Amino acid sequence: MEYFTQQLINGVTLGSIYGLIAIGYTMVYGIIGMINFAHGDIFMIGAFIALISFLVLGLAGITFVPLALLIVLVVAMMFTSIYGWAVERLAYRPLRGSFRLAPLISAIGMSIFLQNYVQLLQGARVKPLPPVVQGGFTVMERGDFTVIVSYLQIVIVVVTVVLMGAFSMLIARTSLGRAQRACEQDRVMAGLLGINVDRTISLTFVTGAALAAVAGLMFVIYYGVIDFYIGFVAGIKAFTAAVLGGIGSLPGAMLGGILIGLIETFWSAYFTIEYKDVAAFSILVLVLIFRPNGLLGSPEIEKV
Amino acid sequence: MAVVPDAPARSIAPGERRLDLAAVLKEAAIAGLIALALGFFIIGLKTDTVPGGLALKGRWDWVAIAVAVVVAGRLAIALRRQMRPQAASARREEIANRIADGVKTFARYAGPALVVMAVAFPLTPFANRYYVDIATLVLTYIMLGWGLNVVVGLAGLLDLGYVAFYAIGAYSFALLAIHLDWGFWVALPFAGCCAALLGVLLGFPVLRLRGDYLAIVTLAFGEMIRIILLNWYHVTRGPDGLSDIPRPSFFGLEFARSPEEGVETFHTFFGLDYQSLHRIVFLYYVILALALVTNFFTLRIRKLPIGRAWEALREDEIACRSLGINPTNTKLTAFAIGAMFGGFAGAFFATRQGFISPESFTFIESAVILAIVVLGGMGSQIGVVIAAVLLIGGTEVLRELEEFRMLAFGAAMVAIMVWRPRGLLAHRDPTVRLHQAGAGGGSPP
Amino acid sequence: MSAAWTMETAGAGDWPAAPSGAGALLSVEHLTMRFGGLIAVEDVSFVAGKSEITAIIGPNGAGKTTVFNCLTGFYKPTVGRLALDRGERAFLLERMDDFRIAQHARVARTFQNIRLFPAMSVLENLIVAQHNRLMRASGFTVAGLIGFGGYRAAEREAVELARHWLAKVGLIAAADTNAGGLPYGAQRRLEIARAMCTRPVLLCLDEPAAGLNPRETAELSDLVVSIRDQERIGVLLIEHDMGVVMGIADHIIVLDYGRKISDGTPEAVRADPTVVKAYLGEDDPDLPDPPGGRDGGGG
Repeated sequence: MEYFTQQLINGVTLGSIYGLIAIGYTMVYGIIGMINFAHGDIFMIGAFIALISFLVLGLAGITFVPLALLIVLVVAMMFTSIYGWAVERLAYRPLRGSFRLAPLISAIGMSIFLQNYVQLLQGARVKPLPPVVQGGFTVMERGDFTVIVSYLQIVIVVVTVVLMGAFSMLIARTSLGRAQRACEQDRVMAGLLGINVDRTISLTFVTGAALAAVAGLMFVIYYGVIDFYIGFVAGIKAFTAAVLGGIGSLPGAMLGGILIGLIETFWSAYFTIEYKDVAAFSILVLVLIFRPNGLLGSPEIEKV
Repeated sequence: MAVVPDAPARSIAPGERRLDLAAVLKEAAIAGLIALALGFFIIGLKTDTVPGGLALKGRWDWVAIAVAVVVAGRLAIALRRQMRPQAASARREEIANRIADGVKTFARYAGPALVVMAVAFPLTPFANRYYVDIATLVLTYIMLGWGLNVVVGLAGLLDLGYVAFYAIGAYSFALLAIHLDWGFWVALPFAGCCAALLGVLLGFPVLRLRGDYLAIVTLAFGEMIRIILLNWYHVTRGPDGLSDIPRPSFFGLEFARSPEEGVETFHTFFGLDYQSLHRIVFLYYVILALALVTNFFTLRIRKLPIGRAWEALREDEIACRSLGINPTNTKLTAFAIGAMFGGFAGAFFATRQGFISPESFTFIESAVILAIVVLGGMGSQIGVVIAAVLLIGGTEVLRELEEFRMLAFGAAMVAIMVWRPRGLLAHRDPTVRLHQAGAGGGSPP
Repeated sequence: MSAAWTMETAGAGDWPAAPSGAGALLSVEHLTMRFGGLIAVEDVSFVAGKSEITAIIGPNGAGKTTVFNCLTGFYKPTVGRLALDRGERAFLLERMDDFRIAQHARVARTFQNIRLFPAMSVLENLIVAQHNRLMRASGFTVAGLIGFGGYRAAEREAVELARHWLAKVGLIAAADTNAGGLPYGAQRRLEIARAMCTRPVLLCLDEPAAGLNPRETAELSDLVVSIRDQERIGVLLIEHDMGVVMGIADHIIVLDYGRKISDGTPEAVRADPTVVKAYLGEDDPDLPDPPGGRDGGGG
């Protein structure tokens, strides 16, 4: 029971990180109907920027943890957003009218480029970060097994919830959100009605990148070590989460993220850790075969 | 057609020149700022591994160079756009089309000549071990490219997990050779069948998915196969890989310096001194033969109904359904045939190296093969050859730049897609004509 | 598919008898199509005959293309029986997949938004239409690869059929050019030629005159009439252009809000007050008379 609870806590934490990345996938897919293959690598860049920012703060002598976290959060979000913007501008916008495989291939090229860009400039070795947030408290105890919720896990979940809330409000209440929803439904018409479609799409990429940056920050302080390749696998899993939750649905992305996090954690805990990625990928395949609209998505009827 | 962001549209009469220096400078400045923001952390602050953790090193000179390059480039583009008439880009497009047409015509006549050259190549004096080796590698990728071309280029199914079939071909051949003592030529068809079978199994549940989803799912499959190969130690020996894979023989003649009992060697049979080059050259001819078979098969099948159905499916699946074409079977066939050729190539790879491990079958391989198909022009045979020679041969020859190879791949993929989404040689010839070629035929500009 | 349906009030008894002459080729009974809460087509029944042009008309959103999609298998009807009688064989279309309907029942169609194969040549578009026949001739590819079998002869035959139809629609000169480069009117004609190359017994044309100028429209009307007369197949036609409809249709079915409101010869339909009301709206006594009197007429 204790083991189960601990895995539950771990799974939800991991799931929050996946959920934040998944939102980026689902938003981009909703608005321009393509899978942003490079999104996982944006997450990776966010993690690197967060890591480097922590190092800078450490050198500058700012060690008060909440302040450092806040600064790194803002910095990472800002700078990663620019990457998100640049990727859309260079690799996707020119292809908006083109045949459907072109943006996907361009995205794959962008993904490879970003991975190697970071690898060349920062080195291929793993980069460790000393623990930033330490400590936790005990939830329950029986025998020699203690179930601990670390402060870090609380931070992650709380930040995720807050961001989700803020974001949902943004989509539902503000004009940007309205513009985005309009573009999702009918891009041409939205443009004819005076919505700046290019800017709306850019902002979608930017916000997706910002959220991925938060996920990257969480990742680096949770796992303590990153390398240029983390974007690849995390990207596929986050995309699986987006599909599982229903592509195009924001709460679906979060829900999917939590589920994937739980599945991965429980699989590693109770079965085998080597095949945990296989478990996640299998979920993707199964969902796409049997329930392509995911849990919270709506079916797409193609007009003949 | 420009790769870079566009300035606000301004109508310039043809021939008119107007220089708005302020706008151009502003554009360049903004580009520079963006480059600065992008490069600030990743370029400017390098993390070095030192005992105890990480240290930071400033690299601001690199940032300065990067920003300068971006600003200069942007200035140049903005200036040129302002000074030249608008028709420039359309003319460039037409020149590119003309070049592509030229290459295509060249290919039609020079194709056979190239084949003769390829056959004669190892017999030329400057064909030393190094060059024959590179040529063998390039031919392997050409064959893989032609195989994937059936799936992606003809049928339009974006397969990101092609390396899985390459791997299955390699591993099934290796296992058959090691455990059952089968020779290369006997095991080759089985390797192809295993790969084709895997293709059908993987394809069947997912082929009705739309383009993007299919791509991701095939990617996931490729990764799953690699993870299974890595962890199923009992059969595949995991990361240790399978070694001592036997090399192919020339009608029973082995290519060894000192053979086992009762086995005749190539050099003694032909009365030559033993040279390791013999085996290398033989391997070259094997892959050349395999590649030519792939090519012949593809050229032929394009003129058969299934080949046309693939291309039609790529163009419009709903229209195909309305004509009575069964999309699932048609796609599965493409998938299986593409997989089969991947399997053949994998078996060759195993026998050439003598040793295989899951490390050789990563997603990057799939991406490289896809890059070759896409850059060359989907569906174009000669395009694949050119792309493979450039990408594989080029980076082998420029070995010192190995680190930049993948970076260049990625950038090239983006650049080609933005510039010519249909690939370098995207022009397509019809497979059946009503009139004679050149009389009332050809595609509109 | 459940066969439980209710006989609605506006049932079969109100309309004139099915057109005489050739036997009924297609019999649609109580077709209903629901998308969740939206009822696109409700209890539509009609009969279309061989060697006849049956037009389906109605205001936008009346459910016409939905009927086509149900007939050609792109939608699965919620309720209904779609019986196609090809003489030697009968088919229940509501149970069949779209490509099987085309392949076995030989129902061909064109689309509201033209769906050609743009990167393939005009001729190739027509050859692809004969896919199944050619597949058999090539021994499902295997024989063709090796060079056995009568594939060459079959391909020549296919080209001849394509040539015949290209001549009929006036596209012989453009045969080897890319279909995507053809002007709009030519693309429409090509789509019809391609449908005819599948040797159908029922041809469904979805707004074939949309976007055509008067000359092209007249040529189209002639083409459809010649198809009916020479090929002796049934033609189902969705059209908004009343000139075309009144000019060539033998039998008209009128839909409005998913229900059938009229069914009969062009003259009968033209005079039917329900139809006038659906197209022109309820008579408002305060408004001046529309030009041409209140009887309303086609067009």
